[in-house]
Amino acid sequence: MSLTAVLVVMLAAVLIGAFGIRFSRTTSDFYVASRTVSPLWNASAIGGEYLSAASFLGIAGLILSFGVDMLWLPVGWTGGYLVLLVLVSAPLRRSGAYTLPDFAEARLESMTVRRTASVLVVLIGGLYLMPQFQSAGLVLRTITGAPVWVGGLLVAVVVAVNVLSGGMRSITFVQAFQYWLKLTALAVPLVFLLLAWRADGAPAVSAADALTWQTPLGGVREYGLYSTYSLILATFLGTMGLPHVLVRFYTNPDGRAARRTTLVVLSLLGAFYLLPTVYGWLGRMYAPDLVRTDTVVLTLPARMIGGTLGDLLTALVTAGAFAAFLSTSSGLTVSVAGVIAQDLLKGGVRSFRIATLMAVAVPLALALWARALPVADVVGLAFAVAASSFCPLLVLGIWWRRLSTTGALAGLFVGGGLACAAVLVTIVGGPASGLAGALLAQPAAWTVPIAFAVMVAVSFLTPHRVPPGTARTMVRLHTPENLDLDRGDWRPRSS
Amino acid sequence: MSQVPRPGRRSDVPRRVTVTSPRTAAARRPRYPALREIDEQTRLGEVYMHSLLRTQFRLALFVCTVLACVIGGLPLLFLLLPDLREVHVLGVPLPWAVLGGLIYPAFVIGAWLYVRQAERNERHFAELVERR
Repeated sequence: MSLTAVLVVMLAAVLIGAFGIRFSRTTSDFYVASRTVSPLWNASAIGGEYLSAASFLGIAGLILSFGVDMLWLPVGWTGGYLVLLVLVSAPLRRSGAYTLPDFAEARLESMTVRRTASVLVVLIGGLYLMPQFQSAGLVLRTITGAPVWVGGLLVAVVVAVNVLSGGMRSITFVQAFQYWLKLTALAVPLVFLLLAWRADGAPAVSAADALTWQTPLGGVREYGLYSTYSLILATFLGTMGLPHVLVRFYTNPDGRAARRTTLVVLSLLGAFYLLPTVYGWLGRMYAPDLVRTDTVVLTLPARMIGGTLGDLLTALVTAGAFAAFLSTSSGLTVSVAGVIAQDLLKGGVRSFRIATLMAVAVPLALALWARALPVADVVGLAFAVAASSFCPLLVLGIWWRRLSTTGALAGLFVGGGLACAAVLVTIVGGPASGLAGALLAQPAAWTVPIAFAVMVAVSFLTPHRVPPGTARTMVRLHTPENLDLDRGDWRPRSS
Repeated sequence: MSQVPRPGRRSDVPRRVTVTSPRTAAARRPRYPALREIDEQTRLGEVYMHSLLRTQFRLALFVCTVLACVIGGLPLLFLLLPDLREVHVLGVPLPWAVLGGLIYPAFVIGAWLYVRQAERNERHFAELVERR
């Protein structure tokens, strides 16, 4: 039955996406849904895209394994939107940039910075995509016993087809629908699970767990305090640097709407993140053998309820999981392919199609080849890279007039480079122990300050390389659109 | 011209006459509107932009500082005050209640207050700049 649910979700995604074929004729329709999207739709789409397998499956798995400290992940993923709202949302929309490399070029008036930003976007996007495919394979194996590569390939193919046929416009509707699907897919089974828990006499966690698992920093992870703070930094500051986040901003009509949409997104995310925690907690009591896997959300309904109802609920949850894979992977693919098409290939619809295939194939290959780490951990690493590279660029670019081209480049190279190196070591070498292991597994606490410091210091050392149009750009970024001011004539690259 | 006779004056001193114009209500057109100052990036234009940026940045910094104190303080709080773990909110231990539930409405409320203030700042700037 779960397999049927999976196929239904995939089919629905392709069909809804197919309606987009009619609308996407020009490149600009292809990239951006022409701003005829209402705020609630847009916010639902952002939420749908943002909630990946890491949110749907990974959080519950990590909470089951490691306890209350893992709650910082969803808190950070939501709080990151608050930071984005406050520091970045309206100015970013007003910049007119479609993508992060667009913003880099607009603000710093340099092609070198633009290209560096493009490379980082591809790296971050790939790092985010890979665990989605891995997780899809594991889920399919849990449900049907199929080999691990089947799930990943299936999701990759559906994503590629969807993106190739519809581009952004159809994706918006699909994403919005998938937020509500995911919310329902977690909420409905939870009601039944809680009823079953009550019927059981409302047991609590074991006494041993109450001391270690249930208490903050009481667990077995060494250097817990450092890891917690580093995780907080990575998630709160990394959201603004994710490739599929900025693209959605452009679908707002102006800076004010961008702020308001972000407010709605915060509410939608908060409502969703209330749910995985309960799964993790129930799982600790009813399925403690599932430690260090990501499958507690999938297996709990069958274990706690069983029978036909359990099957139905499992099917619903599986549908939600695949909605999570599809939605995030589609959003990431569109943004990464967009960047590849504009900056590495010639640009235009044909390049976008080639870029889509590249954007899907490489992470898929990596997913099949690399070892399987917990999906939320790898996603957390993507956040760390984003926080170490794009966060300083955006924050300093938007608020500081003295940012120079060389400074921005230096910060991107050092911050992004250090974070990527740490990520590489962690993924290839596996989680190491000791202080070095903790520093590499959660690098944000040292890479982010270093990135900021480098950007600021080098900018002070190269004041002659401050972009000449900075004052005009600041007018563009910060003044309300209804004022009749000269905002310069920079236009984003894509048509 | 209208004459306002002053009582008790000696008739050989010239009368003081008050001159008023009938067009007292006419507005004075600004010769150099603030929008143009900003466009031409004069010193005054820079001052306007600087003040807008500073107001918005201060607001953003304020929100981020509050956020940093709350978020940054919570792990330390839980570490240094172990008795907090015993506190229960609706049957749920305090760390779980805060991190798993209460913090989300707090985010939304904070965000809503920020949006209101930021829009107010922009309205003030628009009024300032369009009036003069």
